[in-house]
Amino acid sequence: MWFDSVLVLIVLTGLWLLGSSRLLACIQAIALQGLLLALIPIMASWPQVSLRLGVVASVSLVLKAVVFPLLLRRAIRTAGIRREIEPLVGFTTSILLGIALWGLAVHIANRLPVDSPQGSSLLVPVAVFTVLSGLLLIVSRNTAIMQVIGYIALENGVYAFGWAFAIEEPLLVELGVLLDVFAAVFVMGITIHHLSREFDSIETDQLTSLKD
Amino acid sequence: MLWLLLAVPVVAGLVALVLPWSVPRRMLLLLTSLSHAGLTATCLLRTPPAVWGGWLALDPPGRVFLAVTSFLFLVVTIYTVGYLVRDAKRAREEPDRELPFADAPEAIFTGCYLLFLGAMTGVIVSQHWGLMWVAVEATTLASAPLIYFHRHARSLEATWKYLLICSVGIALALLGNFFLAVAVRGVPGGNVHLSIACLESHAGELNPLWLRAAFLLLLVGYGTKMGLAPLHTWLPDAHSEAPSMVSALLSGVLLNCAFLAVLRGHALLAKAGMAEFSQDLLVLFGLLSLAVAAVFIINQRDYKRLLAYSSVEHMGILALGAGIGGVAGFGCLLHAVNHSVAKALLFLAAGNTLAWSHTKSTLQSRGVKRVLPGTALLWLIGLFAISGSPPFGTFLSEFTILKGIVDAGRWWVCGFYLGSLSVIFVGMSAVILPMVYGEPTGSEARDQLPPELQTSEQQVGLPAQACAIARRHEPLWSLAPPLLLAAIALVLGVYVPPQLSLWLQHAAASLGAYR
Repeated sequence: MWFDSVLVLIVLTGLWLLGSSRLLACIQAIALQGLLLALIPIMASWPQVSLRLGVVASVSLVLKAVVFPLLLRRAIRTAGIRREIEPLVGFTTSILLGIALWGLAVHIANRLPVDSPQGSSLLVPVAVFTVLSGLLLIVSRNTAIMQVIGYIALENGVYAFGWAFAIEEPLLVELGVLLDVFAAVFVMGITIHHLSREFDSIETDQLTSLKD
Repeated sequence: MLWLLLAVPVVAGLVALVLPWSVPRRMLLLLTSLSHAGLTATCLLRTPPAVWGGWLALDPPGRVFLAVTSFLFLVVTIYTVGYLVRDAKRAREEPDRELPFADAPEAIFTGCYLLFLGAMTGVIVSQHWGLMWVAVEATTLASAPLIYFHRHARSLEATWKYLLICSVGIALALLGNFFLAVAVRGVPGGNVHLSIACLESHAGELNPLWLRAAFLLLLVGYGTKMGLAPLHTWLPDAHSEAPSMVSALLSGVLLNCAFLAVLRGHALLAKAGMAEFSQDLLVLFGLLSLAVAAVFIINQRDYKRLLAYSSVEHMGILALGAGIGGVAGFGCLLHAVNHSVAKALLFLAAGNTLAWSHTKSTLQSRGVKRVLPGTALLWLIGLFAISGSPPFGTFLSEFTILKGIVDAGRWWVCGFYLGSLSVIFVGMSAVILPMVYGEPTGSEARDQLPPELQTSEQQVGLPAQACAIARRHEPLWSLAPPLLLAAIALVLGVYVPPQLSLWLQHAAASLGAYR
């Protein structure tokens, strides 16, 4: 029961991301999503939580709920921008698309020949939905920050999928993956800083000088 | 031994990031690439034992790719050191001159450059899907600051696209890894993990549906990094805006590493008896890349973008060769070696040209032969070496792939392959030959003219006397490394050393290309 509510909350954060124009709100949403995501493996295997799982979940919690939001907040402070003004796909349309994506995710999850996902039957559709919503954010938003948030959502979805099947990767590999994701967001943050200095904005529709 | 191979560039890279003096830093750069090449040579002579429970090992395909990586890196590093010295000298001597852009701090560049080598070595020696993913993502992150070495708006744009597109692609490859893990769950007895050897030994028992989906995601993910059309969009931007030696490494080495990851996925499917599925996909992506490259090479106005699209073409040929299999499987590995050598040579020549003309426009860089005779020779050799003309190595490998296609009786593919190769050859010659033989327009003299006169002057050209004055000194460091590569490209065309041939055969056999 508790588990299902957490999963539903994850879907709601996804819709929140799709529907909000305020960057600060989106950062809060992605932080909340990271927090909820870290709860999944713990709740799925409760009460026998292995040490490996505990370590991975807590590293992921710290990264996604604390470090990433801090990095992103700093990026919007230096860029001096608060809102996504003109997305390629409007916010209302995005939410409607998000609901369609949820339907698609359920459809995909039903067709996957799954033997036994852990905990809840909602887990696979939630993971697929989060991946799809991340992709939608990346292609439909104009500010570099929102694209990074989309990337984090995509990564969250991939992770949720890994946890849905309790995929046991060795601890070092798991930590390596998290380190890479951290470094990716970090490097993107630095790049956003340079973007805001070079272009006086972080809207990627200004990046059009390279083409054939 | 393998630990050392990984640790040397990584540790040196971290040291270079904090080392405040530039001369010792450049020494460190040279020393590291030398010792990496030395270690690689030792590993090639006597295969090192697998370490870390078999997760790090040098298998036959790894041997080929490691040799190319380490050697090219060493050659390009010599060029890089010269380049850094020249840039620093320019900045010191003309501090007041209005520069179009500043350079990134050299410490960051050198550090990331070495970390990039470490990450690529990591991709090659990883024998675990998860570990390989970590290493591939690390190559993206280490090379992004390299593209943004010359700090201006265009290189920043290229860096952003590179980071975002490749990161998203590679995130999909992670999903592919998880799909592999799900495919493993049905194996009786359990305890199968994602190491490459372990998966291959249980290949027949994996869940076929999940395995197929996993390959699709891995192909899309690592194919993005490899620059297969239609996922190649980051490649021309990044290759054209990065400093030329970085373009040489991106094209000559990084794309190969991504190709290795794709090949490993293909090998797994072949072992599981689903070779047809992966082969069809590889052929499809290969032909698509050839077509896209041909379209964009015709009338290309930017010589670095031209070379970048040629990389898309060659990645297409590699995918095609791998997809056809048989003797083409051997051919595609040989082609990977040949392409790396020839493309690095061309990018270094492009770097020399850019340092003289300050523009990547082919029209405004005419007259390379008059001003930079050595570089002109490099352009000519490079043009024939990259387009598969005899007697260069690419001729041999492209011909081997052609033989594979004919053997397989794929006549449509054969016609398409030959057609695109000829279009690309004509397209590249039409751009490069006028650049080499055309009359120089004297970019500096032209810059001082009012804009309305600039075009007319372009058509007239400068008198011979002005050319003699404009003729630049070409330092040894800018010619020797690409000339060495040119020599190798030539030698590989007439004589493939038996040892190399043996390695390639082992690699092709272990990747399941001979079935």
